[in-house]
Amino acid sequence: MIHFVLLISRQGKVRLTKWYSPYTQKERSKVIRELSGMILNRGPKLCNFVEWRGLKAVYKRYASLYFCMCIDQDDNELEVLECIHHFVEILDRYFGSVCELDLIFNFHKAYYILDELLIAGELQESSKKTVARLIAAQDSLVETAKEQASSISNIIAQATK
Amino acid sequence: MALSGMRGLSVFISDIRNCQNKEQERLRVDKELGNVRTRFKNEKGLTPYEKKKYVWKMLYIYMLGYDVDFGHMEAVSLISAPKYPEKQVGYIVTSCLLNENHDFLRLAINTVRTDIIGRNETFQCLALTMVGNIGGREFAESLAPDVQKLLISSSCRPLVRKKAALCLLRLYRKNPDVVNVDGWADRMAQLLDERDLGVLTSSMSLLVALVSNDHDSYWSCLPKCVKILKHLARNQDIPQEYTYYGIPSPWLQVKTMRALQYFPTIEDPTTRRSLFEVLQRILMGTDVVKNVNKNNASHAVLFEALALVMHLDAEKEMMSQCVALLGKFIAVREPNIRYLGLENMTRMLMVTDVQDIIKRHQAQIITSLKDPDISIRRRALDLLYGMCDVSNAKDIVEELLQYLSTAEFAMREELSLKAAILAEKFAPDLSWYVDVILQLIDKAGDFVSDDIWFRVVQFVTNNEDLQSYAAIKAREYLDKPAIHETMVKVSAYLLGEFGHLLARRPGYSAKELFKIIHEKLPAVSTSTIPILLSTYAKILMHTQPPDQELQNQIWGIFNKYESCIDVEIQQRAVEYLALSKKGAALVDILAEMPKFPERQSALIKKAEDTEADTAEQSAIKLRAQQQSSNALVLTDQRPVNGTPSSNQLTLVKVPTTSSYPDSTDQELSQTNGTLNKVDSSFPAPDLLGDLLGPLAIEGPPSFTAPASQNMTAEVDGFPNAVEAGAIVPVGKQANSVQPIGNISERFLALCMKDSGVLYEDPYIQIGIKAEWRAHLGRLVLFLGNKNTSPLVSVKATILPPSNLKMELSLVPETIPPRAQVQCPLEIINLHPSRDVAVLDFSYKFGNDLVNVKLRLPAVFNKFLQPISISAEEFFPQWRSLSGPPLKLQEVVRGVKPLLLLEMANLFNSLRLMVCPGLDPNPNNLVASTTFYSESTQAMLCLVRIETDPADRTQLRMTVASGDPTVTFELKEFIKEQLISIPAPQPPTPPSAAPPVGHPMVTTPPAFTDPGAMLAGLL
Repeated sequence: MIHFVLLISRQGKVRLTKWYSPYTQKERSKVIRELSGMILNRGPKLCNFVEWRGLKAVYKRYASLYFCMCIDQDDNELEVLECIHHFVEILDRYFGSVCELDLIFNFHKAYYILDELLIAGELQESSKKTVARLIAAQDSLVETAKEQASSISNIIAQATK
Repeated sequence: MALSGMRGLSVFISDIRNCQNKEQERLRVDKELGNVRTRFKNEKGLTPYEKKKYVWKMLYIYMLGYDVDFGHMEAVSLISAPKYPEKQVGYIVTSCLLNENHDFLRLAINTVRTDIIGRNETFQCLALTMVGNIGGREFAESLAPDVQKLLISSSCRPLVRKKAALCLLRLYRKNPDVVNVDGWADRMAQLLDERDLGVLTSSMSLLVALVSNDHDSYWSCLPKCVKILKHLARNQDIPQEYTYYGIPSPWLQVKTMRALQYFPTIEDPTTRRSLFEVLQRILMGTDVVKNVNKNNASHAVLFEALALVMHLDAEKEMMSQCVALLGKFIAVREPNIRYLGLENMTRMLMVTDVQDIIKRHQAQIITSLKDPDISIRRRALDLLYGMCDVSNAKDIVEELLQYLSTAEFAMREELSLKAAILAEKFAPDLSWYVDVILQLIDKAGDFVSDDIWFRVVQFVTNNEDLQSYAAIKAREYLDKPAIHETMVKVSAYLLGEFGHLLARRPGYSAKELFKIIHEKLPAVSTSTIPILLSTYAKILMHTQPPDQELQNQIWGIFNKYESCIDVEIQQRAVEYLALSKKGAALVDILAEMPKFPERQSALIKKAEDTEADTAEQSAIKLRAQQQSSNALVLTDQRPVNGTPSSNQLTLVKVPTTSSYPDSTDQELSQTNGTLNKVDSSFPAPDLLGDLLGPLAIEGPPSFTAPASQNMTAEVDGFPNAVEAGAIVPVGKQANSVQPIGNISERFLALCMKDSGVLYEDPYIQIGIKAEWRAHLGRLVLFLGNKNTSPLVSVKATILPPSNLKMELSLVPETIPPRAQVQCPLEIINLHPSRDVAVLDFSYKFGNDLVNVKLRLPAVFNKFLQPISISAEEFFPQWRSLSGPPLKLQEVVRGVKPLLLLEMANLFNSLRLMVCPGLDPNPNNLVASTTFYSESTQAMLCLVRIETDPADRTQLRMTVASGDPTVTFELKEFIKEQLISIPAPQPPTPPSAAPPVGHPMVTTPPAFTDPGAMLAGLL
C-alpha cells in the first residue's frame, strides 16, 4: 500500500501531504525532512526509487515539483510510478497544463482530486475520464450551493431594504 | 485559475510567497494563526464561508510545517454541516490534519455513520473517503457492516461502491474480524464479476488484502482472477478510458497477479494452463518502447508476472526464461529496469535453485556495484551477498573491499558487515579470512564494529596454524604511518599473544614490537589503552631472560597508569605491575589464551537482527535457514549452570602441567586468591566483552564465586563440559564431549523417517538422508564440522550385521572448519533380520578424542514397501497361509497404550499400510506390506491386530507371509515397536488391568460382507 504521498518543490517546500498510515505530527515532519533531503539531492538519470527505513519511496520530478509516494518493500514500484503519472495527467487535464502555482493557490483542489484517485493508499480509479467527471460534478455542487446562498442573501437584502 | 471565491486565502498565500525569509514567513503565519484563533473563539459570528476559509488556512499553515494545535474541533464540526460545500471541507481537512488515533475523530463517528447510511450519494462518498483514509479500529467496529452493504448493493452507483471497497479494505486492516462474516467469500467472488473497472480495481485491492491473510476461504476467487487476467491480456471488452498508453489497465493486471500469488498452487489443470498462457504472453510479448510511461506500465505488469511465475514454480522452461529476462534487464541503460532486475534476481535466489545461472551474470552485477545510483548499488550489494558461496567468495569479497574505499558513508557499515560475514562463511582458507578482515579495518575502520575484530581474534586463537601469519600481518599494518584505532587494538592484541612465535625474525624482537606498539599509545583513546597494557604485560612475560631495560620501561608505564582516572586502565596497570614482579608465576597466569568455546558468530547474529529493516531480508534469511537445515550453522552454547558472565570471567588459563582436576581447582583458587589481594572490588569489565575479559584476569566482585563455579563444573561433570573445557585443560578424559540431544531418540525418530540428525555434539553434527528401493538402500552421512577449526583423525567404520551388505565410501581424515562432507553408504538387504548396523565414529578436536558408536537406521521396516490390498486379494492369501510357521499369532502384553488411530498412524509410518474396512470390528486393524530382501525377493506380508478397548496395554497380533523367517521377524519387529515407542502419556495405572487372558471379541460370521468373512476365517 501507499503509506503517504508528498509533493515537494525543488526548494524543499511542501505542496501537498497525504498520510494513509498513522504518523504523528512529529513523525510527519521528520519523514518530510529526511525524504526531501534524500530525493532532492539525487541527480538526474538515476532510478526513481529510494530505499528508506525499510520502505521504498517512488518519486518523479515534474518541472519544479517532486511527486513522491512511499510504499512497502515488496510492492510493485513501477505500478506506483505510473500512479504518480496518472495523478499528474489528471491534474494537467483539470488545470489545463498544470504548473506549481496552480497547486499552490488551489491546493484544496489537488486534495479533492487525490481523494478521487486514492483511498486507503490504494488506487481507486484508473480512468481519467471518470475522475474528471466526478470532480466536475463536485465543482458544480459547490457552485450551485453558492448561487443558492447568494440568491437567498439577495432576497434577505431586498426584504430588509 | 484563481481560487474560486476565497480571496482571503489567496491573499494569505500570496503574502507567504512574498516573504523574503523564513523569519518573515513565521511572523506572517503567527499573525494569521492569532487571527484565526480569535475568530474561532467567538464562533457565533462566523458564517459557514468564513469557517471554511479559516479551516483551509489552517491546513495550509500546517502543510508549511507549522504546529497547528487548535481549530481541529472546528474542522471536525464542519462535517456535520448540512450543505455540501462545508461538509466537503470538513471531511477533507479533518482527514489531512488528524490521524486515526485522534480523540476528536470519535466525536464524528455518528455523523459519519448517518452520512454513510443516508440517501445522499455525495455525502456517502465523502464519508467513505474519510473513513477509508483515516478510519481506525473504532470505525471498523461500528461501520463495517454498513460499508459492506454499500459495496454489494445493487442500487448503489459504481462511484459509491468503489469507495466502499477500499473503505472496507481499510477497516479490515484495522480489524480483520469485521470481514469474517458468513458468506462473505461468496460475495467477494461475485464482486469479481463486476463490469465497472473502477469497482473491480478497488475490489481487487480488497481481495489482495483478504487472501494475504487467509487464502483458504477464497479459493472460489481464483478462477475468476485468472479469467479477469485473460480478458485484460487479450484486451477483450476493455473500455478505451481504462487503457493506459494502450495497455489494458496495468494496475488491475498487477493487482490480479498479486492476488494469485497468495494461493499456494493452482490445481485445476485448465485454469493453470490458461494462466500460464497469459503469463507466457506477458513474458514474451513485452517490448521496450520509446515512451517512458508505456514502458513503465508494461514492465510493471511484466515484473508482476515474473513474481507470479517464481511463485508457481512453473516448468523449468519458464523459470529459465525469467532468469534470461532478468539477465537482460540488469544490463540495460534504463535505471529503473536495472534496479528491478537486480531486486528480482535476489528474490529469485530464494525461491528456486538458479544460483548457477545467476552466477553467469556475476561480472555484470559487480559492474552495478559501481553504478552512480546508490539505490542500484544497494541492490547489487544484496544480490552479491545472496549469491555468494564457496566458489565465488574470493572474487565477491575482494570486489566489496575495493568498493569500500569509494562507497558513501551511508553504505559502509552494511558493506563491511557483509564482507566480514561472507569472508567468515565462505573462506577458502583461513589466512585469506584474516587478510580480508585486516583490510576491512584498514579501509573502513570507523565502520567496522567491535564484533568483527573480536571474531578474527577468536579464529586466530583457535587455529594454531594461523597465529604466526596473523602476527606478521599485524606487524605490517603497524608499520603504516596512520592506522585506524581498531587496527591498533587488533594488532596489539595479536602481537601480544603471538608475537613471541616470531621472536627470531628480524624486526620481531620483544623490544622492537614494544617500540612499534608503544608509538601508537599517545594517539589512542581510553578504550584501547587497556589492550595495550595487556600486550605490554605479555611482551614482558615472553622476554626470557628478562631484559632489564624493557622491564623498566614497561614498569614505568604501569606506574604511570596506576593512578589513572579510568577504572579499567588503572586496574590493569596495578595488576600487571604486581603480577610482573612475581617472576615465574607470571608465565602461568599470562600464558597464551586458551581456545575460545565455539559460539555463533556475533556478526551473523547481528546481520540477522539488522536484516529486519534492510532490504531483501527474506532472501538472506531464507538461505540462512536452509543452511541451518543443512546442519552447518553454529549453535549458541548456553552455559548449563552459572551465568554467561561468570563463564567469561573464569576463562583464566591455568597451568597446563596440572593434570588432576582437584589440583587445578586448588591452583585456580590460589590464583584468584593472589589476585584478590591485589584488588578485589572493581566491577567486572564488560566494556570489551568476553574477548578481553579473560585477559584482564581479575576475579569477579566476590572471589569465591569462580572457585565454586569450578567446583560445580567438576562435580556436575559433563553437562557443561564446554565451559569446563576452558577452565580445566582439555583432553584429560576421553569423550569429555557430550552429545546434544538424546542419541537413542534420534535413532528411533530416524527409523520412521528418511532424513534427520543422527548425532550432534558441540563440534560435529552427523545428518542422514536415505533412499530405499526394494532390497537396496543408499544412505548418505553428512558430517558437518561446526567449528572454526578443523576436525582431525576422523574415522568411520561400519559394523554391519550378517543380513546387510554395506559399503561406505571413503571418509576424509580431516573435516575443514565449518565444512560438511558427504559419505554415501550403499546397503543391500540379504535376508530378513532385525539386527542393526552400527557406525563406529571417532574424531579429534584439539586434544579431545571423541568416539561414539551409533546405531544406523537401516532397520527392518526400511525394506518394507506399503501395499494396498483389496478384499478379493486379501482373503485368499490369508486363507492359504494357514498356521505356523507361515502364520504366527501372539498375545502381546505391556503395550504402550495407544488409541487405535495413533496405532494406525504408527503402522503407516512403519510402512505397514493399514487397510481400513477389511475387518468389521472397529477395534481391529489390518495392514499389508511387501518385504524385500535378496533371498526372499518381494514377499507379501499381512498383519492383523485385535485390540481390546477395555485394556489398551494388551493386544493379539497375527502375522502372515510366505516365508517363515519374514513372518517371525516382522512379528517381533512390530512387537518391539509397540512396546518401545515412547508413550505420549504415562502408562495407565495397573488397577485398570483386566484379568489375564481376556478373550478377544469375535463377531459371528456373516459371509456376505468381506469384513465378516475375515472375522470368520480367523
